Amino acid sequence: MKLLRGLRALFRKEELNRQLSDEVTFHLEKQIEQNIAAGMRPEEARYAALRRFGGVAQVKEECRDMREVNYISDLVQDMRFSLRMLAKNPGFTIVGVLILSLGMCASLAIFAFVDAALIKPLPYRGPSRLVAVTETVALLGRANLSYPDYLDWKRMNKVFNSFDVWTGTGYLLRTAEGVQPVPAARVTDGFFRTLGITPMLGRDFNAGEDLAGAPDTVMLSYTAWQKWFGGKPSVVGRPVTLSGVSYTIVGVLPQDFQFAPRGRAEFWATLHASGSCDLRRSCHGLNGIARLKEGVSVQAALADMTSIAAQLERQYPDSNRGQGASVVPLADIIVGDVRPILLTLLGGAGLLLLIAYVNVTSLLLARSEGRKREMAVREALGASSWRLVRQFATEGLVLVAISTTLALVSAEWIIQILTQLIPPEMMAGMPYLHGLGLNFHVFVFGGAISLLAAVLYSLTPILRFSWSAMRAGLAEGGRGSAGTMWRRVGSNLVAVELAIAMVLLAGAGLLGKSFYRLLHVDLGFEPDHLATLEVAVPQVRYGKDAQVVALGREVVSRIGGLPGVKSVGIAIQGIPLGGNGNTDWIRFVGRPYNGEHNEVNERHVSSAYFATLHASLLRGRNFTDAEDASKPRVVIINRALARKYFSGEDPLGKQFGNDALEPESLKEIIGIVDDIREGSLDSEVMPAEYLPFNQGPDPYFAIVVRTSQSAPSVLPALDAAVHQIDPDLGTMGETTMVERINDSATAYLHRSTAWLIGGFAALALLLGVVGLYGVIAYSVGQRTREIGVRMALGAQRSSVYRLILNEAGWLIAVGIAAGLICSVVAATLMLKLLFGTQAWDVPTLAAVAAVLAASALLASYIPARRATKVDPMVALRYE
Amino acid sequence: MGKSIDLLQGTLDLLILKTLALEPMHGWGISQRIQQISQDSLQVQQGSLYPALHRLEQQGWIDSEWGASENNRRAKYYRLTVSGRKQLEVETAKWERLSVAVSQILATA
Repeated sequence: MKLLRGLRALFRKEELNRQLSDEVTFHLEKQIEQNIAAGMRPEEARYAALRRFGGVAQVKEECRDMREVNYISDLVQDMRFSLRMLAKNPGFTIVGVLILSLGMCASLAIFAFVDAALIKPLPYRGPSRLVAVTETVALLGRANLSYPDYLDWKRMNKVFNSFDVWTGTGYLLRTAEGVQPVPAARVTDGFFRTLGITPMLGRDFNAGEDLAGAPDTVMLSYTAWQKWFGGKPSVVGRPVTLSGVSYTIVGVLPQDFQFAPRGRAEFWATLHASGSCDLRRSCHGLNGIARLKEGVSVQAALADMTSIAAQLERQYPDSNRGQGASVVPLADIIVGDVRPILLTLLGGAGLLLLIAYVNVTSLLLARSEGRKREMAVREALGASSWRLVRQFATEGLVLVAISTTLALVSAEWIIQILTQLIPPEMMAGMPYLHGLGLNFHVFVFGGAISLLAAVLYSLTPILRFSWSAMRAGLAEGGRGSAGTMWRRVGSNLVAVELAIAMVLLAGAGLLGKSFYRLLHVDLGFEPDHLATLEVAVPQVRYGKDAQVVALGREVVSRIGGLPGVKSVGIAIQGIPLGGNGNTDWIRFVGRPYNGEHNEVNERHVSSAYFATLHASLLRGRNFTDAEDASKPRVVIINRALARKYFSGEDPLGKQFGNDALEPESLKEIIGIVDDIREGSLDSEVMPAEYLPFNQGPDPYFAIVVRTSQSAPSVLPALDAAVHQIDPDLGTMGETTMVERINDSATAYLHRSTAWLIGGFAALALLLGVVGLYGVIAYSVGQRTREIGVRMALGAQRSSVYRLILNEAGWLIAVGIAAGLICSVVAATLMLKLLFGTQAWDVPTLAAVAAVLAASALLASYIPARRATKVDPMVALRYE
Repeated sequence: MGKSIDLLQGTLDLLILKTLALEPMHGWGISQRIQQISQDSLQVQQGSLYPALHRLEQQGWIDSEWGASENNRRAKYYRLTVSGRKQLEVETAKWERLSVAVSQILATA
């Protein structure tokens, strides 16, 4: 009832006020009548009645207060007043809203990415129970699993409900236009069941369908279904020819299915372990995923698998020596790379938000200083200090509300832009970013930062009013003793801003330097004017090695004859920035051997490969084209291998082979080549052996071409030349080496992080410097009279400068010093992102500090200059 | 007819409720009635009467409606509600207990 009455009071305010007036008027009239009846004259009667009644306005106000829901109508009134005041000061309002929205928008946009990648659970059933299982070796850390090992692990483990493997591959799809290479994957029968995915059309693989004797079956990804089969439901049960083999399509995966480690895979075929690699225990090509049993932790699973691996090591010492196990949550595999980057970006955005908040607090404080007299008058007229504080708080809240709305709208837009900027290859590896936008989590986050701002801007006027003596504002000369509170707090806030700007600038500087170092890392070859192309050869027609060798020779001569081509090289699996490829276990002739695995990268290259790359041959000689299967086996090693296994002796002429030192595997070292960076830019170069392509060809190889003119211009001709030799050859990956380097994942991630943090840093610098300008300008304004007096007493211009710049200099020094300390701390936190750069890299920090100091001093110089232009007579009269 | 006594808020409420228990009346009438019955020793500060009336109405112990006064002018008449009647009993009991206690203390010499 009370609330109803109160709410009714809200809506019928006008009428209720009128009724109140009527009631009081009635009472007064009665009293006046009584007075007149007692003999007073009319005016006397009226005055007496009013005196007896008390303050009419106050009584009415008290009566209104009795209707409890007054605070709502007060709030509405406050808001209307706030909007009016904000509209009256458009400059302040626009600047405040812009700064707040900027800070909030950046945080919201970055948080959306963080949410999609790190907070949202993986799109599988019970994602926290999924782990990635592989072997480990000393050389590589996490390494692939071999098929026989997988079968044993699956049989012997006690910790997994299900355990499946997958491996990436590619097929040649025959279409109407010719042969198209398509990315694909091979999986065991329970792969999708482990993930908890059911196909949207057709059926999942049956148990046992992945064994070698079973029929070849394949599942389509949604994209493949739309792209190659027009989205027709009738594909289920129909055959499709992949690389010359016929597969039956059994199902289509749902549209939202994603598997980041093999994001682009369009065809999912059953494993059908066959061929020399699949069946060998020592050939590792698979990756495992498993679902933990109830109540089993990742550590427990790791312990179990490690003990199984140790058992297999004892059982099969030749193949399994030194093989451990690795069990990590699947999420780590999928987002592990981007986690540090996203967290750094979130930190940067958070700092920007902080600086925005501090800046606007500064603005609000300055503005409240300017309204001190207005507040004093209002209080003298009867407003309670609580009411005044509420007034200011409401203004702050309205500002926050407007900024939040603006921020949410622009965040959506920014997110779309950022997503567009990610190159498609990277996006394929980050499918969790699909459909990124403002979702529930982002709104909650937005609500949280908004609430923080709201609390901040409500508290500020409260603290401010409780500190200052309201009455002092009315006193004459009250302006002269320029708000000491403002001086203390307001200017200290600017030091905080400068410190934050320093941290962001230092971060950007370090990241930029790190990126530069990354791009200029020693590659071991010359990347410019190099074009690359990958070729997939249909095995049905080129089943024999000799056929592939001949094809290789044909390719080299055909392409070598193209205009603008200086030299051509062929490599299998090892072209720079194409990943690390295969490894091999070698054993040295004439050395004691106790079963250890010496693992090195295995590469097969053509004779002109090193020359094409401009890699330097340090010692010995190169292969000749004539060295094929009919000649003795030879090998070139890289410097890392020489250093690791031949320190102190001359490798040339020595031999090594496989673990059993079978005669066919023995090769003689004929040369040493300088280290070529083949993995990602920031990984170490591993020992590698280079074997002649003609002695170990592969139906999938890459061509590198050194051109005399620009590399991109040659690419179409390359493609055409290959197809001229045989139209059934699949070609893909036409790009230049320079592009490969620039677009490589590490380069891209480093570059984006540096750019984004750089953007934040620029904004922070702007905000900090403008904040400083505001503080100094305000201080000058407050001290105009003081300056006038000084100048009238004979002070020189320079002493006025010194006066102002002292104050500024102090703020700048404190800000930069605090900022430096925080920068080093922050840089230590993001050490993972820094390549070749220390956290306390002195040149960068010094340069950044210098930039900040210079801009800040400039910002202080301008008001200082204005101070010296003050005419003392004007200043003395300045009120 | 000594000086008028300042009334505490709770006491004022009690007096208003009691006055309205007899018959509904408007604010002026209430203040006159109290003055009359107490033989002029209680003059309600008129500035506190109306806020008290509005407060009691907000709490639901009295109800109001507009009607015609003796000389046909519009006036706001208040009357006691059911819960108001109960509250009157409660307040009266409290007051009696209080006055007994105070008298006892004053009686001890």
